[in-house]
Amino acid sequence: MTSLWPRIEPLLAGVEKPARYIGMERGSRSPHHGPGAVSWLLVYPDTYEIGLPNQGLQILYEILNERPDAAAERSYAPWLDLAAALREHAVPLFSVDTHRPAADFDIVAFNLSAELVYTNLLECLDLAGIPVRGSQRDEDHPVVVAGGHCTFNPEPMTDFVDAFVIGDGEEPVGEMTECIGDWKRAGRPGGRTGMLRALAAVPGVYVPSMYDVEYDGPALRSVTPRFNDVPSVVEKRTVADLAEWPYPKEQLVPLIEVVHDRLNVELFRGCTRGCRFCQAGMITRPVRERPADQVRAMVEAGLARTGYDEVALTSLSSADFSGIDSLVSDLVNDQVGCGNVGVSLPSLRVDAFTVGIASEIQKVRRTGLTFAPEGGSWRLRQVINKLITEEDLYAAVEGAYSQGWRRVKLYFLVGLPTEMDEDTLGIAELARNVVKIGKQHTKQASCTVSVGGFVPKAHTPFQWFGQNGISELRRKITMLRDDLKKTAAQVRWHDPEATFAEGIASRGDRRIGAVIERVWRAGGTFQEWSEHFQLGRWTDAMAAEGLDPDWYVTRHRTEDEVLPWDHIAAGLHRDFLWQDWQSSLAAHGLPDCRWTPCYDCGVCTDYALEHVVAAAVPPAGGSQGTGQDLSNGGAVPVVLSPTRIAAS
Amino acid sequence: MRGDAGFPIRIAFTKQGKVRFISHRDVARAFERAFRIEQLPLAFTLGFSPRPKVSFGLALSVGHESDAEYLDLELAEPVAVEPLAAAISAALPEGIHVFDVVALADRAPALQEAVTLVEWNIEVVPGAAQESGVIDASPEPVAARVAAVLGSDTLVVDRVRKGKTTQEDIRPVIRRITVLGASEQGTLTTVELSTHPTSVRPAELVAVIGQEFCEGRVRRTRQWIERDGERLDPLAADPRIALEARAS
Repeated sequence: MTSLWPRIEPLLAGVEKPARYIGMERGSRSPHHGPGAVSWLLVYPDTYEIGLPNQGLQILYEILNERPDAAAERSYAPWLDLAAALREHAVPLFSVDTHRPAADFDIVAFNLSAELVYTNLLECLDLAGIPVRGSQRDEDHPVVVAGGHCTFNPEPMTDFVDAFVIGDGEEPVGEMTECIGDWKRAGRPGGRTGMLRALAAVPGVYVPSMYDVEYDGPALRSVTPRFNDVPSVVEKRTVADLAEWPYPKEQLVPLIEVVHDRLNVELFRGCTRGCRFCQAGMITRPVRERPADQVRAMVEAGLARTGYDEVALTSLSSADFSGIDSLVSDLVNDQVGCGNVGVSLPSLRVDAFTVGIASEIQKVRRTGLTFAPEGGSWRLRQVINKLITEEDLYAAVEGAYSQGWRRVKLYFLVGLPTEMDEDTLGIAELARNVVKIGKQHTKQASCTVSVGGFVPKAHTPFQWFGQNGISELRRKITMLRDDLKKTAAQVRWHDPEATFAEGIASRGDRRIGAVIERVWRAGGTFQEWSEHFQLGRWTDAMAAEGLDPDWYVTRHRTEDEVLPWDHIAAGLHRDFLWQDWQSSLAAHGLPDCRWTPCYDCGVCTDYALEHVVAAAVPPAGGSQGTGQDLSNGGAVPVVLSPTRIAAS
Repeated sequence: MRGDAGFPIRIAFTKQGKVRFISHRDVARAFERAFRIEQLPLAFTLGFSPRPKVSFGLALSVGHESDAEYLDLELAEPVAVEPLAAAISAALPEGIHVFDVVALADRAPALQEAVTLVEWNIEVVPGAAQESGVIDASPEPVAARVAAVLGSDTLVVDRVRKGKTTQEDIRPVIRRITVLGASEQGTLTTVELSTHPTSVRPAELVAVIGQEFCEGRVRRTRQWIERDGERLDPLAADPRIALEARAS
């Protein structure tokens, strides 16, 4: 198929940021599409600026293009102006690499990192000329695939996605390529259904059309495989050793400014801090560190190849990397290339140690400093297992202001389980004390308090918790704003209505698919963008489908309830999660199993995995999330909660 | 900004093809990355966020191409300039091609002030079709309109600056308009526009030629520094004099 570029080019004169659609990034490929190659279009269903930096997509792009039997290109959701122009001129969605039509690919694979992008997946399929519903596709249509954290509850998207990849994608994409290549070479036995059934046999791949769902009134009764060669539970895939996957080797360098516009090198995957609200921490276990020498080599090669002057060392909690302090000071002091390279650590623990690292970093360039205590009181932080003491926080901000920072940002959740008004007002108290500490160092000291509404997620101890409704979240945010009026603390908050819609999509079952389709048909794309979000589209769609939003969002689940994602396994035993939920309600914390004995959450034992951690002791400083003073050495004398679970 | 210790260079480059859709700022960032990839001995600004000392010439709008763009870069030490064009080009996106690099005199006037005259190729095409019918942007009617423009003494247009609408006469900066012939969708012209005392964007010029027209493909073809009645190529205007020559 020839490139669509001659038809796209005239449309670009009339759209915002036309460079979103031209490709040409350093590191991009023009892969050879031959009859022997299975072609993948990797789509991030949000704008180019948000989607391009996604490391998961870039890793798969490279891995697939290294294979002789595959070819991969990329696409992103066109902004509203181009989407309208494409429809008006009957030009389909295209890849940015060689501007091929999306429907010409064998596989169209979406990255689902956030629930509010779901409607954009439908928009992309429709622009591509692919029927949005899987049941309406035939043998000539691409297979529609999705991966990313959201697929740990795939049910709301099962009407639209033919196959979900659960967990790390590095290995399954190769196996899927072989599976589909074999099917094509064998003359497409069994047609589209035959191919989907073959895909269902690939470990970690969930093909929803191979399952029957039964309801009992509003309740879900069962999700059962229709054939005995289809797994009754789909287990997540996990890359055991990150050292074997030094990707991306050639990170894409966009021509326009994007989010996270810098070299990104992944320090480790997984996190066992055990924050109970955090889906990422739960579903990516165990901790797998990249060897420090490989990190150094990737930073050096990456800076030399990209010309970036900033590198971010990424993970879910970068200060927990073994030997992080020496790694950072090496990078800051052994300036490669032209020098003046900034280092950033996107997720920092809250303690003085991390500020020490941050001040090392700011020798080159001063970046913002964000801490996430998440909860406003020690009691609530025990409930959510974010065991940061007030002393940790005050030591951290003392360090920050004394080293010249004038503004720190604090991130909190509201609507957490057991939260009382005194917990919410505790946020204001913390903020006032932070400002007070800052004023001792600089008159201009201020702090930004950023507040998000909590949305319970699948495969976390809070999956049974009834989310706070809109009015309750609004009341808490207003209370907090009132309490912080006329202080140097600025409050920013996330729209509780968007939080509510996210709640519908996060723990929904298959019946939510029709709701998502209605929201999309009513024009509800780019729902993460506040200017395009209208709750009415969601509540109207729920009403039209006869579904009660509160049943999905604000209702507490019971222990015996069949959850829509029970047939998807992240390795965490259900009784571990339930026990952790009960511990949470009793305000019992749980230590980090990376450095303390195993409490048998199920992941390592079930998948024969181990933590890959270079140091047997936690990095120095603060309470290390144990809530205890650890200044006397590395040992972690913690047993906060007697919650060992008997093996089931 | 320029100290005697530094080694300023002037870089001449094109911006053609798909890459014309990136902004002026994006071009600047692409160059900064290219300088790092090639590990040039950059001189940095002081302060919390040290930046390479780069100064750009006239901005080029998103969507416009150019055969003749310039930027000045301060290096921390002298380098051989001959290999630089090919090296920097290799680190830039396709369509941005460095075709020459020269060593620049210390304290050479900044490009933004020094460049006084720009030559463009501008395609005049029909604007959005109006109810009155089809707009004819073929060479004959366009040439008639061009003659009228060139024949007028003043051309007053509304300019919005800082929210205030003022009126300006742009006739003095229109130095030449030549109709070259038919293009695929309209008429190709070549024009020369002064950048002082005011500047005229290609779209404004097309609107002056005829409200019913709009710009099609636009390409900057030359930039000139006019000094003492002479037109100088920006690469030739302020050459660095070799050290021994300066000493004498």
